[in-house]
Amino acid sequence: MITKRIVPCLDVKDGKVVKGKQFENLNIIEDPVVMAKYYANSLADELVFYDISASNENRKTVFDLAKEVAKEINIPFTIGGGINSIEDFDKALQSGADKVSINSSAIRTPELIMIASKKFGKQCVVLSIDAKFENGKWMVYSKGGRKNENMDVLTWAIIGEKLGAGEIVLNSINSDGEKNGFSENIIKTLCENLSIPVIASGGAGNMEHFLNVFKNTDVDAALAASVFHNKEIEIKKLKEYLKLNDIKVRL
Amino acid sequence: MILILDYGLGNVYNLKNAIKKIGYESKISSDTDEIINADIVFLPGVGAFKAAMENLKNNNLIDALNKRKNANKLIVGICLGMQVMFEASYEDGYCEGLGYFKGVFKEFDIKLKSPHMGWNELIVNKKSFLTKGFNKENYAYYVHSYYLTEYNNENLILYSDYEVKVPGIILKDNLIGIQFHPEKSSKVGLKILENIIKEFI
Repeated sequence: MITKRIVPCLDVKDGKVVKGKQFENLNIIEDPVVMAKYYANSLADELVFYDISASNENRKTVFDLAKEVAKEINIPFTIGGGINSIEDFDKALQSGADKVSINSSAIRTPELIMIASKKFGKQCVVLSIDAKFENGKWMVYSKGGRKNENMDVLTWAIIGEKLGAGEIVLNSINSDGEKNGFSENIIKTLCENLSIPVIASGGAGNMEHFLNVFKNTDVDAALAASVFHNKEIEIKKLKEYLKLNDIKVRL
Repeated sequence: MILILDYGLGNVYNLKNAIKKIGYESKISSDTDEIINADIVFLPGVGAFKAAMENLKNNNLIDALNKRKNANKLIVGICLGMQVMFEASYEDGYCEGLGYFKGVFKEFDIKLKSPHMGWNELIVNKKSFLTKGFNKENYAYYVHSYYLTEYNNENLILYSDYEVKVPGIILKDNLIGIQFHPEKSSKVGLKILENIIKEFI
């Protein structure tokens, strides 16, 4: 049986790992290659690197970073942030990334999903959605959670799947950095209506939050950043706890 | 020499990095003489079956691979590289493969999600040098939407359960087909690559 995946996420700015509360007040933590090695050796199932550099100049370093990471680890990893074209996809994959995550660029140019999926295969096209619950609805946001796109989250996810996305990452802006658990309702809705894997992101604060999202939804993977970076949760202990509670994990 | 065949489908450096991690150098090449003479040829690949067959054909690589196979020299296909070693696939319509192994690839028609993507447990069907040094539980990273059917069970070394039986490794003579990505499967993946290299070098 396939296992549930635990995915540490590294937000990278100008070549350094950062993590902020609700996308702001970013703090530099550590060298991304050092952290990637640490996670690969401590039972992380895959890694995600989000490049949040402000300028394109600094963004180029993310492909160099991917090359360095690929040399050091042998688990799958995803590159996201600032991927705007098929050329960017190609560069990321040639640098050794297994998957490429797109968010704002897919909203601007949905065909990017289709073209990338046809050219490189759907397995490497990840549609990342920043979702915010307001006025009783889950809405799609962009620009790091600042711009409301006036689009329903489920509708966008279904369009993404139809265009050829191979996986959906749901980042809940409401839960991000709050450490009160994942936004299970919207994750459940997505899992019930999609036939591609879904990754839950935003809100992990303790081991029970992971157990709950795996127990209460059909989600395939759970992503978190600060609880892993701060070593509040050790992945091995988390997996032992999940296994004890009948969740299938790789140990 | 360990050769990684580059025919323009997917990244070949991840496999090179993994081989380097277990202490061996490898060469990325599409030179037909080198393909025929290398100690080990890895045939990787990510993408579509038809594109893979076309690229092999257009680069005159099929003849070199056939010569290798007829000389009983090791070829290790990985993921899409494994798939093209079989009779055929139904990806985007029927397409014939190299025909080294018996079997046909069909799309998953199951309740579970497709692609079959993630870490799945490897179950041993038949003991061999490939599974030397295995732990009690062993997991490998799979990413694929088509899976092997109508194969010869005698050649099945490892498989995984995904509502249907998904063949993980097929071994026949000096031909090895690996559906999952050993280069991305952490220590278990490196162990399998090491077992192959040590057996043949």
